[in-house]
Amino acid sequence: MALQDQTLPLGDIAPRRSGKGRRDHLLVAEMVAPGSKVLDVGCGEGDLLQLLEGRGIDGRGIELSREGVNRCVAKGLAVVQGDADTDLVNYPDDAFDYVILSQTLQATRQPKAVLENLLRIGRSAIVSFPNFGYWKMRLQLLIGGHMPRTENLPATWYDTPNIHFCTIKDFVQLCDEINVKMERAVALDNFGRPVPLTLPWWVWNMFGEQGVFLLSRVEKQG
Amino acid sequence: MVSVKSVPSPAIHTDERLHEADHPTSQVARFGADQPLKLDCGVDLAPFQIAYQTYGELNANRSNAILVCHALTGDQHVFNTHPVTGKPGWWETMVGPGRPLDTAQYFIICANVIGGCMGSTGPASTNPATGKPWGLDFPIITIPDMVRAQAMLLDRLGIDTLFSVVGGSMGGMQVLQWTAAYPQRVFSAFAIACSTRHSAQNIAFHELGRQAVMADPDWRGGRYADQSVNPHRGLAVARMAAHITYLSDAALHRKFGRRMQDRELPTFSFDADFQVESYLRYQGSSFVERFDANSYLYLTRAMDYFDIAADHNGVLAEAFRGIKTRFCVVSFTSDWLFPTPESRALVHALNASSARVSFAEIETDRGHDAFLLDVPEFFEISRAFLQSAGKARGLGE
Repeated sequence: MALQDQTLPLGDIAPRRSGKGRRDHLLVAEMVAPGSKVLDVGCGEGDLLQLLEGRGIDGRGIELSREGVNRCVAKGLAVVQGDADTDLVNYPDDAFDYVILSQTLQATRQPKAVLENLLRIGRSAIVSFPNFGYWKMRLQLLIGGHMPRTENLPATWYDTPNIHFCTIKDFVQLCDEINVKMERAVALDNFGRPVPLTLPWWVWNMFGEQGVFLLSRVEKQG
Repeated sequence: MVSVKSVPSPAIHTDERLHEADHPTSQVARFGADQPLKLDCGVDLAPFQIAYQTYGELNANRSNAILVCHALTGDQHVFNTHPVTGKPGWWETMVGPGRPLDTAQYFIICANVIGGCMGSTGPASTNPATGKPWGLDFPIITIPDMVRAQAMLLDRLGIDTLFSVVGGSMGGMQVLQWTAAYPQRVFSAFAIACSTRHSAQNIAFHELGRQAVMADPDWRGGRYADQSVNPHRGLAVARMAAHITYLSDAALHRKFGRRMQDRELPTFSFDADFQVESYLRYQGSSFVERFDANSYLYLTRAMDYFDIAADHNGVLAEAFRGIKTRFCVVSFTSDWLFPTPESRALVHALNASSARVSFAEIETDRGHDAFLLDVPEFFEISRAFLQSAGKARGLGE
């Protein structure tokens, strides 16, 4: 029962954007080379884009929700309303240096196709997602016997937009399958701190609350 | 016999309207025989004139000019009392001190389009060859022709680069044409409730309007002005039909429902029993007081012919290749004249051209005309877009 007390009183349903959310953004922003051109897919209310633009990066965004888009445009950001599943095909090859998918992969209908599109449009992709292998998630399912809910993922199973959860291990396997090179991989713990690099994969998969990956294409040979 | 009351004929403003065509209550740029306007139809129009209004002040390095492009039945009187109707300017919600198009910050120009009837050369203007109104002798004009004329006006005003070009509906078409034809002269572009081409449905509605005008016996093959008549009934019907397309089912229902006009019960006649009928009749009759029937034919035709992709081998993205202009595209959920998918197609093309574009769809039940009305979310986006573009342009520093 102690577990339920700890995880269920979540207050408002909106994911918290401060604190840990910012850490995730700072890490992503740090992966982007200065002066580059970036597309943020699922840019929400534009916090990350604002952070990037503040660093002199030419940022564009796609956002599904009309409210999100309008808030972004009202902040002066170049954001269009669109759907990662259906609209990425409209972007030409190599249009961006980086395409960012921040905390959105799990909400797409076809994560594999989306990932492939990211690396067609951008020379590099930065993908962050909540790790379903995180120990608190595992524990809720194992001990609590219910679908996990956390501070960052407070929605119930029946109203969550997140339909394709994966673990860090699953994601690494997908990258291998579609021939994507991992340039950098960082797991952030509960406090938004990187899990030390020296630790083995299974530790990341257990203690990383979210994974952040810098990916590039494996150039075809011959 | 069942009683019928026709739309009342306009009498009050006819003289003022006719006078405005040649001698507008506006600044006028006159272009002589040495500076013809090269029209898409192959004709060199000369001489011709452009009537325009300006608001605010041009800054020292001439970098704060915004061109407002007016819609089909609009004119240059954006932010001043209209010389014919005495009504306020058509975009006083958007333009003025502290408004999104802030006259304290920007130098705002709006010119009557070529083919219009408020002082720029059009079918109601006097043909110098005959001393009579051009009528149907006026050459067919296009949206690119309107923009070409505006570019000549800017040359005359010594403005090389516009900070922004802004417009809704037909005005939005001009905005897009500006970016396609003169990308280097447009720092930012704000295209509202428009499309890169006129749809079959829209052409159909325009044809309905034109046929209504031409079916009026007073139209007289377009020579009505020589004979001191006016096809006001036909033009009013055209306006009534068009006005329905500017609204929405929901807006009409909210505004009028099935409510009766100044009566409790139906009169069992063809009088305007319903408020919505009375409203439409008013729209029709007030329109003919200020607008020329032939101008309506020419300007609707210009919109029909508009298709940017067709001018670029059928590939829309080609029109914007390598463009540096910052775009903002806005559509309205209930606009069925220029529905959101048309704006989305534009946005896809701009994305494919790597252009910097913002696109927002505004939730409103007020239909196409929402861009002329008080829609706070729209103003907020307009203001933010122009402010961020202004920062990039170094305005206000």
